[in-house]
Amino acid sequence: MSILSGTADLPSRFRVHLPIIWILALAGAGAACIPLIYLIVRAAEADADTWSKVLTGGTLRLLLNTAALTLAVTAASAALALPIAYLTERTDLPLARLWRSITIMPLAIPSYVGAFAFVIALGPNGSLQDLLSPLGVESIPEIYGFVGAWLTLTLFTFPYLLLVVRAGLRDLDPAIEESARSLGQSAWGAFWRVTVPQLRIPIATGSLLVALYVISDFGAVSMMRFDTFTRAIYVRIGTSFDRSSIAVLCMILVVLVAVVLAVDWSQRRNARYHRLGSGAARMPRLIHLRRYRWPALTGMSIICALALLVPVAVLFHWLSVGLDNGESFPGIWSAALNSVYASALAGGATVAISIPIAIIVVRRPGFLSRVIDRASYVGYALPGVVVAFALIFFTLRVTPTIYQTIVTLVFAYVVLFLPQAISGLRASLVRVQPGLEEASRSLNRTPWQTFCSVTLPLIAPGILAGFALVFLTTMKELPATILLAPIEFDTLATSLWGHQEDVFFARAAASALLLLACAALPMIILFGHDRDIRT
Amino acid sequence: MTSAPDHDQLQPALSARGIAKSFAETRAVDDASFAVQRGEILALLGPSGCGKTTTLRLLAGFERPDHGAIDINGVTACSDQVWQPPEQRRIGMVAQDFALFPHLSVAENIAFGLGDGHRAWWTRPLRRLRRSPASPRVDEMLALVGLAGYADRFPHELSGGEAQRVALARALAPEPAAVLLDEPFSNLDQNLRSSLRQTMRRILKLANAAAVFVTHDREEALSLADRVAVMRDGRIEQIGAPDDLYYRPNSPFVGAFVGDANILSGRRTPGGAVTELGHVHFVHTPEPQDAEPLPGQEVELSILLRPEQLVLKQADDQLNSARVVSSEYYGHDQVVRVRLPSGVEVEARLRTEVVWRPDDPVNVIVLDDAIAFTR
Repeated sequence: MSILSGTADLPSRFRVHLPIIWILALAGAGAACIPLIYLIVRAAEADADTWSKVLTGGTLRLLLNTAALTLAVTAASAALALPIAYLTERTDLPLARLWRSITIMPLAIPSYVGAFAFVIALGPNGSLQDLLSPLGVESIPEIYGFVGAWLTLTLFTFPYLLLVVRAGLRDLDPAIEESARSLGQSAWGAFWRVTVPQLRIPIATGSLLVALYVISDFGAVSMMRFDTFTRAIYVRIGTSFDRSSIAVLCMILVVLVAVVLAVDWSQRRNARYHRLGSGAARMPRLIHLRRYRWPALTGMSIICALALLVPVAVLFHWLSVGLDNGESFPGIWSAALNSVYASALAGGATVAISIPIAIIVVRRPGFLSRVIDRASYVGYALPGVVVAFALIFFTLRVTPTIYQTIVTLVFAYVVLFLPQAISGLRASLVRVQPGLEEASRSLNRTPWQTFCSVTLPLIAPGILAGFALVFLTTMKELPATILLAPIEFDTLATSLWGHQEDVFFARAAASALLLLACAALPMIILFGHDRDIRT
Repeated sequence: MTSAPDHDQLQPALSARGIAKSFAETRAVDDASFAVQRGEILALLGPSGCGKTTTLRLLAGFERPDHGAIDINGVTACSDQVWQPPEQRRIGMVAQDFALFPHLSVAENIAFGLGDGHRAWWTRPLRRLRRSPASPRVDEMLALVGLAGYADRFPHELSGGEAQRVALARALAPEPAAVLLDEPFSNLDQNLRSSLRQTMRRILKLANAAAVFVTHDREEALSLADRVAVMRDGRIEQIGAPDDLYYRPNSPFVGAFVGDANILSGRRTPGGAVTELGHVHFVHTPEPQDAEPLPGQEVELSILLRPEQLVLKQADDQLNSARVVSSEYYGHDQVVRVRLPSGVEVEARLRTEVVWRPDDPVNVIVLDDAIAFTR
């Protein structure tokens, strides 16, 4: 069955060498596990004294903060995503097609950029207060803290849920809803009693994405000065030399991630027999909004204004203020270049490592390939701060030559984003029937020639999509970049961070805008083909 | 038929010697041996799951047999000591879904196995620019399968029958020692099949290729192949020319698999057997004709009668005769199902001058010699 099988098909007596593809896949998946293994080893070394130092009221408060924020953001995201998905897919909302594109665009805005925009807009001495002070308004409610973090993270992460729920909605068989209607349910009743229950798995999947994002988020909570685990760990990496206690903190955060994953897993297990009808041949009938049309449009407009217009407008405002005041923008172009350079390296490396893994997972199912599959996801679930912490001390101890080099940084990106590349590749590999590879072998092509002339061209779209996705996420990545980037290697994300800490808001706004511009390109590659299914 | 030189006749293009393959606990192929000559078409016929596709994959080199050897043009491709991967075997393959490369044009698909200068897909624009002609072999193959002028089409622009012929041309282009076809007609429209069968046979004969194809459709096997191997549970039950299998099957299974069959029990008598339908003669038993039974000894036989060997006559006896159960009228013939007084049902294929109705009382008459198997 191709390269892809090598000699693994043979009875064991012939399997004299492990095919190179297995070695590559194992190495890639193993590398993704290095940070977690390092953490576990470190935390295990911690003595009772360290534990008692860590397990204090302060840590408990961090835990509660993180958990509360995660729950609140996930719930709010679901409350936004579900109606938006339904409105844009199933109703006669005017310009539905346009809304479909606009509502996922907040994904291109990293949550820390959004947080930064809100801070400079709504914070003390921010744009809003400047606007209101002539009216005699002396102070506006505090944006910092839980509310700010909750609002920002919700506005910039709900599109993850939206994408998944929308896809689930498209897969539903409209005949089921129609049956419910014919059995006497109103449109509203059918929505709650038939549609929503069928969307359970997409909602769970999307919620998982949002929850993991919130747990891992560092930039937005820091700018909103809300204390969560990631912020506490970051602060301690900078100030403390007690690695064991940081490792213990990281482990608690990892356990929190594990709890979220376990909850999601148990949801799926229960829903195992809950199959979604797929491949609806017919388009569903659109529901007429009638008098709800304007409220729906208003709601959508407000959300999109908050998640897109306001941040961008505020950034432009501060940029123009800076330009008017003759502000200089040192190093911004080299930061942009560095961002693109690091993201391209990360995209290329991640895709290269994901190819053998995807091939093994798709073509050679079995115990070992399941292990490889799961292992490649380990880094993805870890917060960037945690991976960065682990890699700093891992490289210092094991390979000091690559400490604070681009190699470590790219390695961190690979660990963090490997599954993003794998999932796209898997989908396109599944569509390449093994028969094609066999046909090539029977036409006298070697496994390697088969891979190059048949498999590779057929999975090229998946490779491109994986590259674009990793490029986009790397561009936006903040904590690992701050902690691992080589000295003097400023990216747009780190320069935005540095300038806002130093209160150079105009410079930070310039970096943020450039970052958005660079992130827009892969966004177009990824979602530009999201065609209207109704036409 | 082409008159091949003698040594070609002696040395088969492809032969399997006692190949066996198990998956987990299942014996997919069990000690199968056969040989195909150049210019000959062999069908592997059997019910689904009998191991015929596995046999094909063993020949092509996609699976390795647990035991046995495979020779291609007299060279051992695979045995306990030898292992040639698929690309070294010179065996063409036509997959069930044809497996045309979707990113390559028809001409590029056919040229794929020719290896002339590795016409990589990404050099296509350059070749277009230079208007480099397809290789003469590609044109020759396109003409052979009757698709001249299709060179620049893409697989998604072809009908099922066209895709099949492109797949065949692609497999034949590198002049393989043999081509293997996996259920070649299963993905095609029922109405097209019989005409495509004859096209396929003509192409294979023109190419003078050794061909092995797998099917579960007996009509397909009998009409397309020169010889048929009937498989059951991984074993080859019998190999022979189509008429051999039909008239001289060596087991009731083969007899019933290659054609409709009524199987009755009978008792050996001098010169024949006694069955419920009276005394029948038989021509063929695979068992040694150990002559007449000893006096007083009863030999039980299974008697196979084809439906077309039976005729029906109106019976006068309303009480003790066989009765028609059902009849299917096809125009050129009809198949009438009859329940004998013992409760056994038999089928008769009859001309249609007389139409039978359910419950008609009938006498069943055996026209000619039956086939007998010792039980």
